[in-house]
Amino acid sequence: MKQITVRYFAMFRENAGVNSERLALDVATAADVFEATRDRHGSAEPQGHCKVAINDQMADWASPVEDGDTVLLFPPVAGG
Amino acid sequence: MITMTSEPINPDALRGQLFDPTAGAYCSFEGWVRNHNEGHEVERLEYEAYEPVAISEGEAILAEARERFGDVRAFCVHRTGMLEIGDCAVWVGVSSPHRDEAFSACRFIIDALKVRLPIWKKEHYTDGDSGWVNCERCAAHA
Repeated sequence: MKQITVRYFAMFRENAGVNSERLALDVATAADVFEATRDRHGSAEPQGHCKVAINDQMADWASPVEDGDTVLLFPPVAGG
Repeated sequence: MITMTSEPINPDALRGQLFDPTAGAYCSFEGWVRNHNEGHEVERLEYEAYEPVAISEGEAILAEARERFGDVRAFCVHRTGMLEIGDCAVWVGVSSPHRDEAFSACRFIIDALKVRLPIWKKEHYTDGDSGWVNCERCAAHA
């Protein structure tokens, strides 16, 4: 198990009811974190429409996550 | 340079930052809050940005514009917080020696900003309802 801080934004934050939380997760990749927290962010949105960052760096869903990482889950963006 | 601000955007003041003796062309884009979207009457918009990544990703986009279009100067400002109809939500300005590069870089930058920056838009409708733009499928499963 890894200690992962998961941060939620916009609709994900409203669904989760918290800005962030520290979770013990059995995960290898950013995609695993998205799946493991599905009942928190509430999204069945294909990962391709959402984005992810690890420790404030944009990442791929296949990017590895390490113990102590902060994973930021971004719902579909809509700037402009 | 790209910045996020909760204060009103003043395009005239920003434009001055792009003056350059080598520049013969200036092109800008302003995104405004409109009163309707996909059949809903919109009363106001609320923007949320995750600033650390919005800035770093925005700077990456500006660097890509310089790689693609050469000698261009580009600035961008994006609003956060609650905006009313007609408010300027985003401003992009580009100056360059000739107009082709200014037009092209400005278009490239606004298109990239819209799909790459961690910024979200919540529409508040005249009927009191609200919704996150582009998140309809999220909502269906929430």
